[in-house]
Amino acid sequence: MPASSKTAAPPAAASRPPAASRRRRSTRPGSKIAYAYVAPFFLVFAAFSLYPWLDTAWVSLHNVRLTSYDKQTWVGLDNYRNLFTNEFFYNALRNTISIGIISTVPQLCLALGIAHLLNYRLRGRTFFRVAMLMPYATSLAAATVIFLELFDANLGIVNWGLHLLHLPQPDWQGSKWPSQVAISAIVTWRWTGYNALIYLAGMQAIDSALYEAAAIDGASRWQQFRHVTLPGLRPTILFTIVVSTIGAAQLFGEPLLYHNGIPNGGTAGQYQTLGLLMYQQGWTNDRLGLAAATAWTMFAIIVLAVLTNLFLARRREHKLGSPALSVGAPVVGPAALEASR
Amino acid sequence: MTSTVTPGTTVGNGPVRRAGEPGQASVRGRAVRGKPMQAGPLTYLILAVVTLISVFPLYYTIVMASHTNAEMAASTPPLLPNGSLFDNVSKAFELAPLNKGLINSLIVASCVTLGTVAFCTLAGFAFAKLRFRGSNLLLGLCIGTMMVPMQMGIIPLYMLMAKFGFANHLQAVILPTLVTAFGVFFMRQYLASAVPDELIEAGYVDGAGTFRIFCSIVLPAARPAMSVLAMLTFLTAWNDFFWPLIALSSQNPTVQVSFQSLATGYAPEQSIIMAGTLYGTVPVLIVFALLGRQIVGGIMQGAVKG
Repeated sequence: MPASSKTAAPPAAASRPPAASRRRRSTRPGSKIAYAYVAPFFLVFAAFSLYPWLDTAWVSLHNVRLTSYDKQTWVGLDNYRNLFTNEFFYNALRNTISIGIISTVPQLCLALGIAHLLNYRLRGRTFFRVAMLMPYATSLAAATVIFLELFDANLGIVNWGLHLLHLPQPDWQGSKWPSQVAISAIVTWRWTGYNALIYLAGMQAIDSALYEAAAIDGASRWQQFRHVTLPGLRPTILFTIVVSTIGAAQLFGEPLLYHNGIPNGGTAGQYQTLGLLMYQQGWTNDRLGLAAATAWTMFAIIVLAVLTNLFLARRREHKLGSPALSVGAPVVGPAALEASR
Repeated sequence: MTSTVTPGTTVGNGPVRRAGEPGQASVRGRAVRGKPMQAGPLTYLILAVVTLISVFPLYYTIVMASHTNAEMAASTPPLLPNGSLFDNVSKAFELAPLNKGLINSLIVASCVTLGTVAFCTLAGFAFAKLRFRGSNLLLGLCIGTMMVPMQMGIIPLYMLMAKFGFANHLQAVILPTLVTAFGVFFMRQYLASAVPDELIEAGYVDGAGTFRIFCSIVLPAARPAMSVLAMLTFLTAWNDFFWPLIALSSQNPTVQVSFQSLATGYAPEQSIIMAGTLYGTVPVLIVFALLGRQIVGGIMQGAVKG
């Protein structure tokens, strides 16, 4: 947590001790009333977030069907055992990781480059920014339906373009890697501009004196980028990595709609993800206990992935000896909204 | 926010990283002290390409939606819009209840936005300016949950809604998304710096109660952040897919869920699917075109407020 202003007691009060003590008491009226202000939030939160999460854990230890939800039979860890010996789970895990990498790494690198360019003095600055955010305003459902047509193996414009260039025209739905690349393209298209704006905001917050000092010391532009921009952006970069990781781990809508709403992730499960597998287990195969076990496993994977990110960032920071990064205070962008959905 | 570029990045930040040729950078005009570097033609070129890629799929949706299927199947696909748009849109209406979807989405997104802004402003104010037992713990709890995926609670949530008799009703979509941890955190960060403690103390000295202070001091100051939060929440609620898909049926969908029935209909036709998608997407794109500047500002503000 960044230091908040509430810890900074008004210094003016110190000069007038008698009044200050009285005022101090009246200022922090204690209290009880504050609970009324946070109550609406926490009531909704407890009922529709906290309770379901915990109940999911309970359900994951039972055999449960959609039609007879109240008839839960205790099976202990059977659902987890089932899951971890299931080839579908490992397939989905592998796909989630590979799609996660293909969609996140180029996306964030591109966003960094674009932010760098947007940081110049530009004519039509607002135009470029708004245009690049158009994909973010397009819903994932619409974007996926659109990209499905663009990537159509026979009629799609992508393969038409490849044909013109005399390049091979892959089957963007049927083959494994092309389909994963296509799904990653949807994710990348929707989020690159958004992340570029986050980076741009971070870049604008870097003190210009640092660049001046670097220039005086004879640093080239590339050196300035490496030694001033990147370190200054490190908390922002870490934040976007964490948010993208969370988003990638729960990827669901794109692979679902990419197969016209059938939750098997392609005819051979070539782009089945964990989120999709969970949906299939619960809503297609009517095995809610197993789906709940998958949900908790996904959560564990997300926590593990995020902690790994933070650990790597810490270690790197240690190696560089720069104290810039405070892991506890990542800059928060609205992507957290998406991430918590 | 968009109009004021912080005087950062004076001398540095050549496009060396992208272009990879240091010689190129020196062509660019000399940096004015304290102002960002003037962009060169290469920068504009790259940004134009990125803009094109950002907009092209949307443009091509119009192209696809305005041709018949037979025309789209030609060996050279058309690149300009044609005249079959209205025909295709009216056929799309037969496949999916798009208008109902749009109205439902409007209701859902409006309710969620109102609830989120109201509740998160209240809680954000308490966390920023009131002292109470357990406030750090509660705030920590709130922030910690931003990492938890929606999928985690979806099964009990569905059962809960079924028990309330809300399944297939809009309440089922609205209720669970009525608050976000992000909103609380965002409002807290904003209010902590936007409202000076002295002002609130002055209010107490003058005998105002906490609620009076909230209404006459905090709310006016919070308005910019509230509108940012409102825009982002509306957009997120409007585009939400996973939970509405589970909670609603295809007869009473949000617009996102109705896209799914477009694409899964019997023998789907490209042009009609595209026409329906276009019809359902255009309203939010119009709003975005009008408010884009503010949304851009909001996102950037959200990024540095933390």
